[in-house]
Amino acid sequence: MVDPRTTIINERLKRISRIIAVSSGKGGVGKSIVATTLALTLSRSGYKVGLFDLDFTSPSTHLILGAKDTQPKEDKGIIPPVVHGLAYMSLIYYSHDQAAPLRGIDTSNALIELLAVTQWGELDFLIIDMPPGIGDAVLDLIRLVKRIDFLIVTTPSLLAFETVRKQVALLQSVKVPIIGIVENMKMTNAANVRAETGKLGLKFLAEIPYDAKIEEAIGDETKLLGTVLAKKIRQLIASNAL
Amino acid sequence: MHEWTLAEAVIATAQQIAEKEKLREVKEVTIKVGELQQVEKGILQFALSQLKPTNFKNAKFHITRAKTTLKCRVCGNTWLFKKQKLDKDTAEAIHFIPEVAHTYIKCPKCGSPDFEITEGRGIWLESIKGAR
Ligand SMILES: Nc1ncnc2c1ncn2[C@@H]1O[C@H](COP(=O)(O)OP(=O)(O)OP(=O)(O)O)[C@@H](O)[C@H]1O
Ligand SMILES: [Mg+2]
Ligand SMILES: [Zn+2]
Repeated sequence: MVDPRTTIINERLKRISRIIAVSSGKGGVGKSIVATTLALTLSRSGYKVGLFDLDFTSPSTHLILGAKDTQPKEDKGIIPPVVHGLAYMSLIYYSHDQAAPLRGIDTSNALIELLAVTQWGELDFLIIDMPPGIGDAVLDLIRLVKRIDFLIVTTPSLLAFETVRKQVALLQSVKVPIIGIVENMKMTNAANVRAETGKLGLKFLAEIPYDAKIEEAIGDETKLLGTVLAKKIRQLIASNAL
Repeated sequence: MHEWTLAEAVIATAQQIAEKEKLREVKEVTIKVGELQQVEKGILQFALSQLKPTNFKNAKFHITRAKTTLKCRVCGNTWLFKKQKLDKDTAEAIHFIPEVAHTYIKCPKCGSPDFEITEGRGIWLESIKGAR
């Protein structure tokens, strides 16, 4: 008995130049905000961009985007709807924004199904919003997707960075490329995350201050792109660090 | 139609197996589809026939259905999935991503969504026969 779906995944992704998983060992560090803003900013810079929410049990990007009244189309697979210029996919289209209590095996199956049937078409970037940690989603992407780069988000807290350190060790051990580390919600000038990132042999990509205005920007694309976070991400893209 | 992407996946996988087993020609492919995903056999069969590569030109595709067994992790109850109990939108959502069954289906005995899909989830390649 063979699962036919896994064979087709790289075929489905082959017209995407760059796949970036926005990830962290820790929850609540700003992965979803960073992933969404990164996708929108790349799109505004003229790239063709997709955003894929892989946090099946706690999806958030549809709220950050304000993806109301959209639905995928079916035509020899699933065609993602276009939301603010992004090809967008999330499990919420099938769970109808209700709770999806999934165990590991179910997460894995849903992920394989979505990768196997979603027709992304030609994209310059596919940004993936990952669930926290180094569980099923990370292991499945490493296993199934041939070319994928990780962008790691942390906060200044030692508790966040130590989980990131373990994630980095895992990714390095299986030779998966890491673009670098973004330090989010900075409230002081402490330089320890920058220093530790250097010691891991990784690029320190950006530091983003804690910004109380972010909450108001949720669901409002224009406000989101006006935040300091968006400005830092624009600088990151302009610096060619991606 | 989502059956087309599944058909494409079946052909790609069968082709890969044929290469591995050094089959010059593929003659028979047996596929199992679980009730839960509600794959339309007719569409799948048609898609497979349209997508056949040359070394599959005489290949027959046997599609068999498997009942879907669900087992509650909380109370141990086992039951069979019945499509008829679902409304159209829900049936369609489960057709695309069978795992969202956990959003819509509850254990008929204790009401828990924490069940295992023990059999008959989606599509499986059971066997492939050919000539070297
Ligand atoms: N720079 C920032 N300043 C202030 N608040 C922020 C900042 N970045 C993110 N937040 C807020 O922190 C919370 C967590 O952000 P987000 O949901 O993006 O994190 P996450 O890493 O995706 O979480 P999860 O692990 O649950 O997926 C949100 O309420 C978000 O609005
Ligand atoms: Mg998140
Ligand atoms: Zn039960």
